[in-house]
Amino acid sequence: MIYQGKQKIWSEYQKEIPTDHWFYVRSCIRQTFFPASEKMFLEILRNRLGKDVYETPSHTTCGGIAYHSEAIPQETVMTIIARQFALMTEAGYENYVCSCITSFGLYTEVMEDWREFPELEAKIRENLWKATKREFKTPKYLAHASDLVYKFRNEIAEQAKFRLVNRETGRPLRVVEHIGCHYAKMFPSKGVGGAEYPYVLAGMVESWGGEVVDYPERRHCCGFGFRQYLVKANRGYSLSNTHKKFESMEPFKPDMIITNCPGCPYFLDRWQYVIAEQTGKTYGENGYGIPVFTYEEVAGLVLGYDPWDLGLQTHQVAVEPLLDKMGVPYKPEDKYKGLNGKRLQRPEFPMNIKCC
Amino acid sequence: MIDFGYGLTPSSTLKIEDVRLPAFGELLRREPDAAKCIACGSCAASCSAGVFTEMNLRRVILSLQRGREKETLPLLRHCMLCGKCQLVCPRGVNTRHLILSIGKVYQLEEDKR
Amino acid sequence: MSQNVVVIGGGPAGIEASRKLRDLGYTPILIEKEPVLGGHLARWDRLFPDGVDASTFLDPMIADLDGIKYFTDTEVASINRLKDTWVVKLSNGLSAQVRAILLTTGFDLFKAEKKEEYGYGIYERVITNADLEAWFKSGAAPQFDDVKVIGFVHCVGSRDEKAGNRQCSKVCCVTAVKQACEIKEKFPDATVYCFYMDLRMFGRKYEDLYLKAQKEYGIRFVRGRVSEVSEDLDGHLFVKAEDTLFGKPMKLKADLLVLMSGMTPAASTQQLARMVNIQTGDDGFFLPKSLIVSPFTSSREGIFFAGAATGPKTLPETLSEASAAALAIDHYLKTLQR
Repeated sequence: MIYQGKQKIWSEYQKEIPTDHWFYVRSCIRQTFFPASEKMFLEILRNRLGKDVYETPSHTTCGGIAYHSEAIPQETVMTIIARQFALMTEAGYENYVCSCITSFGLYTEVMEDWREFPELEAKIRENLWKATKREFKTPKYLAHASDLVYKFRNEIAEQAKFRLVNRETGRPLRVVEHIGCHYAKMFPSKGVGGAEYPYVLAGMVESWGGEVVDYPERRHCCGFGFRQYLVKANRGYSLSNTHKKFESMEPFKPDMIITNCPGCPYFLDRWQYVIAEQTGKTYGENGYGIPVFTYEEVAGLVLGYDPWDLGLQTHQVAVEPLLDKMGVPYKPEDKYKGLNGKRLQRPEFPMNIKCC
Repeated sequence: MIDFGYGLTPSSTLKIEDVRLPAFGELLRREPDAAKCIACGSCAASCSAGVFTEMNLRRVILSLQRGREKETLPLLRHCMLCGKCQLVCPRGVNTRHLILSIGKVYQLEEDKR
Repeated sequence: MSQNVVVIGGGPAGIEASRKLRDLGYTPILIEKEPVLGGHLARWDRLFPDGVDASTFLDPMIADLDGIKYFTDTEVASINRLKDTWVVKLSNGLSAQVRAILLTTGFDLFKAEKKEEYGYGIYERVITNADLEAWFKSGAAPQFDDVKVIGFVHCVGSRDEKAGNRQCSKVCCVTAVKQACEIKEKFPDATVYCFYMDLRMFGRKYEDLYLKAQKEYGIRFVRGRVSEVSEDLDGHLFVKAEDTLFGKPMKLKADLLVLMSGMTPAASTQQLARMVNIQTGDDGFFLPKSLIVSPFTSSREGIFFAGAATGPKTLPETLSEASAAALAIDHYLKTLQR
């Protein structure tokens, strides 16, 4: 591997990311899957870095899942998106940042469509006006939330309490970075670092002390694929994609996986359980899986937030082996306590993958 | 183990570097022209058996080189040795001898197992 | 005193045309931006289809430059029309006033790193056709031991609209087959694969070379364009393509991958086209008056072409065009005198 070769490509794919005043929109599913991730994003930007980030309860789904599952037509999804832009315009913002990769890909696609076919944009404006009496400006800057965390990765590193370094050995942790397909595969120039060697997560990993693992199936999709997962008859195929990635990364002995998509961490995490229960195979050390995180969770760990406040107990694959490596303190007895110390039920443990 | 009602799908990817081809080497020794195929498909297009069965000599030759002979060798049973493929082959491959040689070499392989 | 003709580009086309112009009684002024004459040919080891050493052609040509004024390390600063002549100013401060200019600016090899998915410049074991020739020519020991599986990727930056090149580069197919045979000689135990879309064996004896590659060298041909390359823990490569004849995706673990970089218009093409106000085609190469009857004549008085400046060409085509262009210039200048 010639590192300078990658640096050269990274230097060619730098996008402009304004440093402040963002209109933030959440993902439909992340608050359920990774409950503290979006909260951590706002916490870091607002309270740690003192940025102005605005969000509104009027925001709805972008329609991406329905669109990619062919449940709604393009015109409908465009009108939904036009309404989100109207909310941004009404709030007085022009920088739009979204939590979801599907949304990011869709916003990018829609804005490109409108740029190329202004008559389509005009029609959508009319639709929106008829339906809601709202008007909108398209965002001046569109970013994915990981772009912002990337932008402030060094500021986060300055405030770091822990690093992505094995406390025992002093060696950088080996980190697999997995980028959501719709981040840059459709529009390589819209992603930090491009599509073939994206830098958005790799930059965070480097800045926080870790070492990026470039394994052969790095570019492969996690297998979510909307229709592929949603329909049970296709689910084995979704599972097989994740399996292919784990088989490929296994020889590199990764300590953890960092992701920037709502679906990927979910599937990379939960499918490890399914693979273990179907084949008996696990990919981490000593019968554990490889812990999978969102970039906000990793930022939170680095900044010293309590792992259980970060919602890491909702992961299928146990995160404790990684916490031990980083030297992050945690109370095992608090893992399944809810707000104000309320005892939640401990989940049933699987047979073939260790979960502490 | 748990049955979830779905499972891993076997990969269809050909992993050609893993393919060991001692049998194909033996075939080349007997019939060196096996290497000359340019996959034009003339043989399959004119094949008397191919019209009614899956027989396809081009595909058989390729499958031998990809380690997928199991999938295609049974097709050769449909061959009637009419010689039409030999007549049309632009590279002058002695297809009759090739087909018979495939039968011998790969049958021997079968016997060894 | 004999009449000057400016020839821009000191590759085989420029050298050959200069020699022919000299033989016709002119004084060619040959301009080359590189420190040595010979263009890509000077860096090439052996030539298809027979494997003849490139220097056996080039050395005698370069040894026969009497009567030709040539300048290396020199670029064209400006070209201006003055009445019925062209005034060519050079970067070395010299200038010439001539009635005819021959553009033999040739081609640039496609920059393989632009195909990011192939990892040239990132994965050590990914090299280009030019790297391989340099290796053959220097005779230096292979950089990697344990070379057991080798792949050749045809059409790198050719027939690729996204890479900005729709055209076929013409010579890469037969070059790949030539190089595959050569590398098989260096590593007799290695398995060598060629990944192609079409094999364009159009020239005399090319098909023979292909047959020899199949039968004598055991080169394995896979019809399918390589889609992506990655690296395993030991730095070996994973190459993905579809075996389109078999109809299945395939993966090859390779120890060495050679990218057949195609021909793109020379970087100077657009600049020169502006200087003399001539057109280039969609593909960026100079556009002659007619691709059939006068491929060496431009739309402007006194501007001529030869070689790959007007599109990908083989060496013999380039040399014949150089001679033809010299004759066309001679005819043009004589017509002016009448």
